[in-house]
Amino acid sequence: MLQIEDLQVKLGEKEILKHIDLEIRPGETHILFGPNGSGKTSLLMTIMGYPQYEVVAGKITFKGEDITHLPIDERAKLGVGMSFQRPPTINGLKTRQMVRLCAKDEIDEETLAKQVNFEGFLDRDVNAGFSGGEIKRSELLQMMAQAPDLMLFDEPESGVDMENISLVGKTIASLLQKDLPDVETKSKMQARLNRTKMGLIITHTGYILDYVAADKGQVLYDGMLSCVSNPHEILSCVGESGYKECVRCITENN
Amino acid sequence: MYNREQLRERASSAIDKKGAIGPDINLDEFDDAPVPHSYMADEELCAIPEQDQKQLIMAGLDVTKKERGGTYFQKDTEVIHCHTQQDGIEVIPIKKALEHYDWIKDYYWKLASVDADKYTAAVELNLHDGYVIRALPGSKSVYPVQACLYLEKDGLQQNVHNIIIAEEDSELHIITGCATAPHMKRGAHVGISEFFVKKNAKLTFTMIHNWAEDMIVRPRSVAQVEEGGLFLNNYICMKPVRSLQMYPTTHLIGKDAVARFYSIIVGTPGSEYDLGGRIFLKHPGNRAEIVARTISNGGNIIARGHLIGEVPEIKAHLECRGLLLNGGLIHAIPELEGRVDGVEMSHEAAVGKIAQEEIAYLMSRGLSEDEATATIVRGFLSVDIPGLPPQLQAEIDRAIEESDKDVM
Repeated sequence: MLQIEDLQVKLGEKEILKHIDLEIRPGETHILFGPNGSGKTSLLMTIMGYPQYEVVAGKITFKGEDITHLPIDERAKLGVGMSFQRPPTINGLKTRQMVRLCAKDEIDEETLAKQVNFEGFLDRDVNAGFSGGEIKRSELLQMMAQAPDLMLFDEPESGVDMENISLVGKTIASLLQKDLPDVETKSKMQARLNRTKMGLIITHTGYILDYVAADKGQVLYDGMLSCVSNPHEILSCVGESGYKECVRCITENN
Repeated sequence: MYNREQLRERASSAIDKKGAIGPDINLDEFDDAPVPHSYMADEELCAIPEQDQKQLIMAGLDVTKKERGGTYFQKDTEVIHCHTQQDGIEVIPIKKALEHYDWIKDYYWKLASVDADKYTAAVELNLHDGYVIRALPGSKSVYPVQACLYLEKDGLQQNVHNIIIAEEDSELHIITGCATAPHMKRGAHVGISEFFVKKNAKLTFTMIHNWAEDMIVRPRSVAQVEEGGLFLNNYICMKPVRSLQMYPTTHLIGKDAVARFYSIIVGTPGSEYDLGGRIFLKHPGNRAEIVARTISNGGNIIARGHLIGEVPEIKAHLECRGLLLNGGLIHAIPELEGRVDGVEMSHEAAVGKIAQEEIAYLMSRGLSEDEATATIVRGFLSVDIPGLPPQLQAEIDRAIEESDKDVM
């Protein structure tokens, strides 16, 4: 379980997250909505442990352990993983090597790569000259190898062409154990209870909702979580009235 | 015309002439008297103590000679092994060549000037030996020829002169290493190399240096490439050295001739490197590329590169990237000189430290900060060299892999 309590974060001199409370239980996937600059990426980066995001108050607990001040790699080892929106290029490091580094054990990167149509990129330097959609598939491939228990997705569908969007959606669903297998001994709903993987997904378009059954939607507005509701409802509400509606919720909540 | 007397006279006149660039070295501090070593047969070669063998392997010399087209092995001032095991490839000690073959006179000091500086002069006035490697017309080297110049005697100045000839339509691959014995501390290596790449020939020359901390190194190299020829020159030096200065020059003297230089340097504290390459593009269709990757751990590195486009329809690119890991200095001096309209020349140079963002990215995949840094450094040093046989690429990769521990 991921538990965030009264989290306050500064980036440089600027306060970017204000009193965030969030709880993701094992098996749950949450969708994070919010306008540009509202702090969505900052929240993910803070959970991942990027040191420039300075936690000034509050606490992040993962699997019962206080990770608020743990370095990035220790969080990764505990099972936190992130699919980045704009990851850096690593010159001279082949995607194949990167995928191997992500996996704790031996893996067959060719087979994994085939699942996201990425075999042709394994011998290219990580992210070097990749298009937006290629970056997403590269990130997914790394998530598949790393198989973290909590997955943070920063706009996984942005820049992905229509042809690949279902591939990306289905891959995320599979990573989050949404594709429930037919097992004789259990009903699908029972199998659902056995899910352990947790997800937090940033989306603007909501396309991802067509593929990933999400448990909750959250709206982050001006560094505050203003609303927790059914993600489809949030999406249609924002579509109709825009994020300015959120201001009313915030005012009411406080 | 070849006239040894005249060469020696010119050399004598340059005996005190300082090098055009780089710190001046007082060669009187070194001893250049011959050091006798007896010739070694194959079995003896394989019986070299393991510790020394390791030094040799680091410099690309495999004593078992497996997958090698020929071997030249010089210890201090003496040739101790010279052998070719492939038709069409000749490996001859240069002193022997000068004594027995007339054709060598068409090459000896034809590209390099004997009176360029005190180093060229010293080699001519007291030539210890060196190798002549020649691929006969049309011959294709299956395995690389290995050449090793080994220093064992402390305080020695080793003077060598090498001549490499790839005849028309031939293909020749050479891996050459210079190394010092594990106990050796101080010495000087002065080496002249002249490269002749003839019409439609391909020559790859990969040099791995593995010096002692207190070594002075002054190579002097000049190459010429004829029509349709390719000269690929790789230089790897990942070990400490007191002072290394070289500025090899290549002349592209026929149309569509190509030269590419790649160098990978790691500079440790107390080491001083001044290196680079200069390529003259003189005919339409000429291509040249100079790529340097330098890392300083506290050493001083000057990375030069000079491309001169003399005619239209040439293409040249210079890339110089430096990484400051732990202090030191990297001074990139890229020069492009277009002398007419219609040349296409470019360069990119960057000196900096490892981006924190890249380290964080790898850490998010579970690597520790140190592992992440090492991975990025390894990536930085790994350069894809088009046209290099996989075997030689593997040698370079091994040198990088081995030095990893030292770099961090």
